Amino acid sequence: MDKAFVPMNKQSLRDKMKSYRRHPGSFILLLLVLLAAVATVAVLFFLVGYILIKGIPYLKPSLFALEYNSENVSMLPAMINTVVMVALALLFSVPFGVGAAIYLVDYAKKGNKLVGVIRITTETLTGIPSIIYGLFGMLFFNVALKWRYSMLSGAATLAIMVLPVIIRTTEEALLCVPNSYREGSFGLGAGKLRTIFRIVLPAAVPGILSGVILAIGRIVGETAALIYTSGTVAGVAGLMDSGRTLAIHMYVLANEGLHANEANATAVVLLVVVLLINWVSSRIARKFEVPKQ
Amino acid sequence: MGCDPVNSKINKKGNVVETNRFHSVILTSVKAVWVKTRCGILAGFHAAVPFVESARLCAEKNCAEVRKSMNKIKEKVMEYVFLFTAVISIIAVALICYFLFSNGFPAIKEIGLKEFLLGEVWRPNNKKFGIYPMILGSIYVTGGALVIGVPIGILMSIFMARFCPPKLYKVLKPVVDLLAGIPSIVYGFFGLIVVVPFVREHFNGNGQSIFTASILLGIMILPTIIGASEPAIRAVEQNYYEGALALGATHERSVFTVVVPAAKSGILAAIVLGVGRALGETMAVMMIVGNQPRVPDNIFQGVRTLTTNIVLEMGYATDLHREALIATGVVLFVFILLINLCFSALKRKGKE
Repeated sequence: MDKAFVPMNKQSLRDKMKSYRRHPGSFILLLLVLLAAVATVAVLFFLVGYILIKGIPYLKPSLFALEYNSENVSMLPAMINTVVMVALALLFSVPFGVGAAIYLVDYAKKGNKLVGVIRITTETLTGIPSIIYGLFGMLFFNVALKWRYSMLSGAATLAIMVLPVIIRTTEEALLCVPNSYREGSFGLGAGKLRTIFRIVLPAAVPGILSGVILAIGRIVGETAALIYTSGTVAGVAGLMDSGRTLAIHMYVLANEGLHANEANATAVVLLVVVLLINWVSSRIARKFEVPKQ
Repeated sequence: MGCDPVNSKINKKGNVVETNRFHSVILTSVKAVWVKTRCGILAGFHAAVPFVESARLCAEKNCAEVRKSMNKIKEKVMEYVFLFTAVISIIAVALICYFLFSNGFPAIKEIGLKEFLLGEVWRPNNKKFGIYPMILGSIYVTGGALVIGVPIGILMSIFMARFCPPKLYKVLKPVVDLLAGIPSIVYGFFGLIVVVPFVREHFNGNGQSIFTASILLGIMILPTIIGASEPAIRAVEQNYYEGALALGATHERSVFTVVVPAAKSGILAAIVLGVGRALGETMAVMMIVGNQPRVPDNIFQGVRTLTTNIVLEMGYATDLHREALIATGVVLFVFILLINLCFSALKRKGKE
């Protein structure tokens, strides 16, 4: 928060009550606003609390067995798949995302038409719902490139999906690096490349990292984009095999309706993992926030 | 040996040490070839000729000038590499458009545009493909979500921007962020085990209905709306607020009649963003909306939305049925593109 909000008319509580008695409309507005705030917070705590309380009793060791079968509906293979999926998707999207941000911040000249187009397309990518990504991934990676249902095609689809997240956060992080850093580096005789890789990028790492972690959170929680790209086969999958991530595992369990308790437990794990990831991301972003110029 | 700024390092004793210059020569050449194959027009043929030449010279331990030109080439090549990575998002959008439209249009053509968009019967077995019920379903569910999500979301962002003390803000902001981070499948599961039984007991129907989906989607779009409208309200100049106070208005009155109208376009953009989110939501909606492809009579009946239509049937669809599903995706995609357009127009207006 840049500026703390200080009301000009500091009053005592009694004055305030008096004023509210004279202006009942204001009082109603205040109540409405407070109500909305309480409702939002209450909904979050109810949602998280309900899922935790419902699911934690069913967290059994058999849910983390190495082999999946219809008896134990173990989620460990799905967790391993999720890790693989995250690694693959980041492998595709981070170099391209960071490269694109570097181009936008450090190379593109002002008024460059291409930059406008890139911004519009990145914004478009942000707005596209995940089911459309899933449809596209199925048509392009699974069918046109003949990758079939595979982890690889799922990861490629997700890579495109999180690309705008990474571009935007990296761009912000690069913009936060003071220009004096760049000028100092140029002044010492370093070229542009050296300046970028040795000076600008290291200074921007925390910002980039928080974007990457945010992207991980999205990948872990994604379902619709993966159902028809990486498929729903349970069990640890190879690169070109179909495999389900934790979110899809959760979806299949909830949809079948045969393993309600296990679905509860899986929801707990998924929720905790995603919330932790997001929390770490925002912590990093705040801790290393570079002061703006 | 001259001091190469790129390929030498200074070791602990302060001596200049030549490191992997040869490696970097190979590396650059690999990069150059890669770039050349990827975007031959950009990297250009001209860059390659002096480059090959200089690589040879450098290997023969020739001097600083060569290295200088090498660096120049390296800079140039890397610029094209960065350009290429930046263009990826354009390529991605183009590919998405191409593959969706080229796979969806034949079906629309075969079924007939009017029949497809306005046909009220969806019976793939009888070759009846009308997605009118799904379009209506999407609109109803999104509208319901707005009715619930927009007032709460805007009031909440007003509270966060103008009412709550900084200490409370530090708690509220992460709470809203957490709400945004919860995966949609978890929302759907929550809807299935909490909201559906609740609606079944207290209202008509079996619980899987437009009403249920609206409640859940309303919650889901809250963080989207708050995240976009809160900064807009906060960005309104303090003078406006202070001016209203000076004229004798109460705090609430100045906020609601002066600050909020000034942030109008930002708030509208936030709502549009929420519409996009609600319209595109798939998994959560699918678990609680009932999925019957029909034109509903009241809000306690189940419907099917555009998104869920795709996910439900894509698994086993073939031929025209499959293409009709992809065409459903095309319709959804066009809706989303229009909404994006609105959003960026509003955003630009807000900046002016």
